[in-house]
Order: sequence, then C-alpha cells, then structure tokens
Amino acid sequence: MLKTQELTLNMGPQHPSTHGVFRCVLNLDGEYITKVVNHTGYLHRGLEKLAEARTYTQFIPYNGRLDYCSGMMNELAYVMTVEKLMGITEEIPERAQYLRVIMSELQRIASHTIYVASFSLDIAGFTGFMYAFRDRDRALDLIEAASGQRMMPNYMRIGGVAADVDENWFSQLQKLLDDMPASLDEYDGLITGNEIFQARVKNVGIVTREMALDIGFSGPNLRASGVDHDLRRDEPYGIYDRFKFDVPLGEQGDTFDRFVVRIKEMRQSVNIIKQAIKDIPEGPIMAKVPKVIKPPVGEAFHCIENSKGHLGFHIVSDGSTKPYRTRIYSPCFVSLGFFPIVAKGQHLMDAVVTLASIDIVLGEVDR
Amino acid sequence: MDIFIKIAGALQDWLMNGMGLSVTASELIATAVWALVAILFILVNLIILVWMERKLGAFFQMRRGPNRLGPAGFLQFPVDIVKVLGKEDIIPAAADKPIYKIASICAFVTTICAFAVIPFAKGMVLEDLNIGIFYFIAIGSTATLSLLMAGISSNNKYSFIGGMRTVAQMISYEIPMAFSLLGVVMMAGSLRLTDIVEAQQNMWFVIPQAIAFIIYFVATIAETNRGPFDLAEGEQELVAGYFTEYSGIRWAIFFIAEYGNLVAVASIATIMFLGGWNAPFGLTFLPPFLWFMIKVYCMIFMFMWVRWTFPRIRIDHLMHFGWKFLIPVSIANIMVTGIGIYVYRMITN
Repeated sequence: MLKTQELTLNMGPQHPSTHGVFRCVLNLDGEYITKVVNHTGYLHRGLEKLAEARTYTQFIPYNGRLDYCSGMMNELAYVMTVEKLMGITEEIPERAQYLRVIMSELQRIASHTIYVASFSLDIAGFTGFMYAFRDRDRALDLIEAASGQRMMPNYMRIGGVAADVDENWFSQLQKLLDDMPASLDEYDGLITGNEIFQARVKNVGIVTREMALDIGFSGPNLRASGVDHDLRRDEPYGIYDRFKFDVPLGEQGDTFDRFVVRIKEMRQSVNIIKQAIKDIPEGPIMAKVPKVIKPPVGEAFHCIENSKGHLGFHIVSDGSTKPYRTRIYSPCFVSLGFFPIVAKGQHLMDAVVTLASIDIVLGEVDR
Repeated sequence: MDIFIKIAGALQDWLMNGMGLSVTASELIATAVWALVAILFILVNLIILVWMERKLGAFFQMRRGPNRLGPAGFLQFPVDIVKVLGKEDIIPAAADKPIYKIASICAFVTTICAFAVIPFAKGMVLEDLNIGIFYFIAIGSTATLSLLMAGISSNNKYSFIGGMRTVAQMISYEIPMAFSLLGVVMMAGSLRLTDIVEAQQNMWFVIPQAIAFIIYFVATIAETNRGPFDLAEGEQELVAGYFTEYSGIRWAIFFIAEYGNLVAVASIATIMFLGGWNAPFGLTFLPPFLWFMIKVYCMIFMFMWVRWTFPRIRIDHLMHFGWKFLIPVSIANIMVTGIGIYVYRMITN
C-alpha cells in the first residue's frame, strides 16, 4: 500500500485569484480539497471605529473604501441611514432622488462588469476580462464626470447629492445605454456560450435554496439559488417603487447561475436608468439640512440592495456631531462563510471558480 | 534558395581541402556550426513570436500592445531579455539545487534537439534521419522530464502540483499526437521527414488526414502547455506552476524553450500535413524556405488565436477528453487509413 499524505496549502494572502488579500488554508488530498479554513482581516482598517471619530459628513468618503467596486451605493446606504436617523427621508428633492437611482444603477453595471471580468480571468479567459473592462470604464467615466472621481466618488450627501449633471452628461449616458445590450450579447457570445466555460462552471459549487438562506446569502447570490428577493422591489427605498424591472432568478444555484444572474441584472439596470432619464425633473439637488449635522438621540438601521447583496448601516446617535457607534453589515463577509462548506471535496480548480462566483471584495469583508 | 546548401558545401569543402582536415573532423565541425545556426534560428523566431503574441493578444482584446520601443514595439522583447539577464538568480534555500539548476537547461536542450531533423527546404536539414518523426516524438517526450524536475526540485507546493499536472497531461497527450502522425506515415510509407514532404507534391496530407490534423492540433496545444491546456502553469490556482520559484534568466530559458517548442510542433504540422516546403497551387515564385516559414507562422497564428479566445479546461475534463475521445478517434483514423490504403492498392494493382 502506497503511503499518502495530505498537503496543507496556504492560499493567499498574496495569490492571483483570492481577489485581494483573502487567505485560506486548504488541506489537499491530491488536488481535491478536504478542509478549508478562512482567514480574513488582512485589509482591516477599522472603518467602524473610525466613524466614531468623524462627524457624520466626514465619514461619507470612507464608504468608497468599503467595497471599492461600488462606491456610490455604499455612500447611498450610509447617507440614507443618517437621513432616517434625522427623519428627513421625505424631504430629499425629486431630482436628487432620480440622480441617486441613476448613479446606483450605473455603479451596479460597473460592479457587475468587474465581476464578469474577474470571473472570466479566474477561468483564464483573459479576453473576456478586457471586454468587460472596456464597458466598465465607460460607466466609470460617467461617474467621474459627475463626481470627479472614478472609484471613490464622494457624491452622495446627507439630504441630496453633491453635484448636478448637465445635458451633455445625459447624452453620454444615453450612448452607453444604447451600446450596453450589444456588449452584454458579446459577453454571452465570448464567455457564457463557450463550451469550455460551461463545462467548468455548470454544477460546480452548488448552493441550494435552503443552504443560501442558512448562510445568509443576499443579492444576486441569493437570487441565483432561486430565492425571489430583491430589496429594490420588496422593500423599495428611495424612489425604486416607481420603476418597473424584472428580478432575474437562477435555477439551481451553481456558479453558472450566479454568473448569468448578474448579466441579466445588468440588462435590468439599463432598463431602470432608461426609465429614470425619461422622468427626471428639474429642480434642486439638496434638501435644506443644517450645516452641522446633529441627529437626535436614537438609532437607525437601513439596508439597501448593493451590487453584492444587502448592505446595511446601523448608526447609534448620542445627539452629538459624531455617531456613538456605527456598524456595517457587509454582504461579502456573510457570503464568504459559504466557501469552507462548498469548497470541501472540490477540485482545486473548481474552488477558485467557486470563490470567484460570489463576488467578494476584501475591502468590505474586512472593513 | 539552395544558397544555404551551397554555403554548407563550401564550408565543408574549405575545411577538408583548405585546412587539410579529415572527412570525419570536417563533418563534425560543420554539424556544430549548423547546430549553432539552429539555436540562432530559434532565437530569431522567438523575438518575432513574442512580438506577434503580444500584438495579436492586444488585437484580440482591443488593446494596443507594446508600442514604445522600436517600430510597433518590436524591440520590447530584446530589451526584456536584457532586463531578465540583470535580475538576481534566486534559488530557494530548501530547493534541490543541482536539479533545480539544470532543469531549465534540460528544457531548452530538448527543444534544440527537436530541430535536428526538421527539413526547412530540400536538403536544408541538419540530419536527415531515416526515423525522423520517431526521433521527434521521442525527444518531445523527454521534455516532460525537465518540467517535472523543475516542479519537484523547487520545494514549493504550487510547483509540485504543477509538475504533477505536467506529467499527467503530457504523457496522456503524447499518445494521440503520435497516433495522429501514424496515419501520415502510413500514407507516405516512410518515417523520414524529407520523404514525407516529397510524397505531398500532388496532395497535402491535410486533405485525406483531416481528422488526424485536428487531433494533432489539439494534442500539440496540450504538449506545448499553451492555453486552453496550460494547466501546468495555471496562474489562477498555481500562481505559475512548475516555474513559480524561477527568476531571472533561468525563468527566461523556460520561456524560450516554450516558444521553441511552438516553432518545432508547428514545423512538424507543416511537414506532416501542409506539404512542407511545397508551394501551393504551383505558386513557385517564392523560395521553398519562405513557403515553409509562411505555413509555420499560419499554424502558430492558429495556436495563438485559440490561446487568446478560450478559457482553461479543467484537469479531469482534459484527461477524459484525451483518453476517452482523442485516443479512440486517432486509433479509428489509423484503421480507416489502413483499409483505405489496402483498397487503393487493390484497385491500382
């Protein structure tokens, strides 16, 4: 009888496909994984603690560093929580509401294209990466034109948005929206329809409906497992109840479904932006909020549908200019808990795809 | 284009008559010179190929590719090599040092050896062996060894897994590759590469042996460790596979060997299936040597096209594809070819 031995492999924190500084310790039997232990914390910057030492307004730019692929939506989640705390949710001007939706959906497209790109790269399809980045850059250019920064926009304000956009910006946006469906068809042709791609991702990393709910999946990951839940439709925040859009669902919750759901979501985002452009009114972009923000004593929790799932902020106010405690509910951290469960028994190559399929951003996992 | 042959004859003549050396000694020196020419040939091709790979990759991905150094970035690679030469040669403390050191050289040597039997034009061949194609396959399989040496001696887990994968992959894909070439050998009736080219004067073997050609194409992508079969160096899970620990010029030699292999397998594809130096449709205004190179580069373009389009296949799918599909099909191809030849002889006699 041949003597065999399990191999302990430290994957990360410096590894091409752990999406940042995530580290996991894998026990390998040949190339099959027998045990996974997650280790996070390499990007921990103590954002929750930092919030306690900053005024409410000062903390807005820090949100861009949370999930650095969807800065706009993180800021939106934060400012909406503060607005809820101050009780001014109803006072936000119409134009600002529409701009918030347009920016959020634009950011969702940017975030999902980066998912398509990195997923394609994780199965060594470098060309798919470049195709997706081409379109992501166009979305980021628009965000830059509106806010002045590509990835850390600092655009949302408590009571509205920082800057208005002009007709030229809208015409650029319209061009992107016109081209986007063709680009998505290109992804389908190059990546989704590829024989090798389908062999690699179908029936890999299956998360059933029950498992997804147990782990606490949210957003596209949850919908890929067949749970019909979208905060934008079920508990509409802002003015999302005014738009008509579909919520794409997956069938069996494998990596392929998680990929396809995101591509379909981008089509819906394009849809939502189109409706928003049609209806956007003229008017002010900031509500009348005091210069120094001092919410009343109390606490508030608000959750929005981020590109990765439910992003929630829980802020406790003691009546001063700084929050007493800020807690960030991060979808990526919760989703990452599925990796040790699902990766067990998988091939090393499948584990990489499985990890890529839940779209983690380490900035948000570690906060 | 027999200028090369004339130069060769003149050199040998000068060595024998001018220097007064014996026939054996002059042949030995001439062979050494031609071996040097073969190495230079690989290096010249390498510069073109790396440039071509980068530019083609950029073209497929809507990028510009290298465009700073020289015309259209052509000098990028020579400068890269200079940079690599200046790098520190790091050998891990726990590595098996002698094996680690010679592994990259072994990989390069096998590549050069393969060029010994490749005829670039009529008479332009280093050693026209009567078992040419057999020699090529045999030398090709020793390349596995050098990659395994690199993988195991590095004392790195990623390298180790990469080395294991290489062995599994290369050994399983050598069989369909050899079998696909067998059909051609049966039709030509010779293992000598020049004879095989001569046999294709009227019809290239790619027409009767189309299935074998496709099998050869797929199997050689796996043999040369290129995408989508680049499992041995699968960046996404193994960082760089068997050469994870290599740096500086030792890494560059692996790189050179990889591209050298690419030229070698493309040359063999040209010789076995695409008529070698024979001009197509009687277009003989170009010299045979150039026709040969054009065909080789067309093959290499195909390899690059595939590499930049497809994602990487999973290792067990790769094994299934090799053992359950390519090998049975290639054996069936041999049988059909055999029956075809038998029937053809029955009719003609």
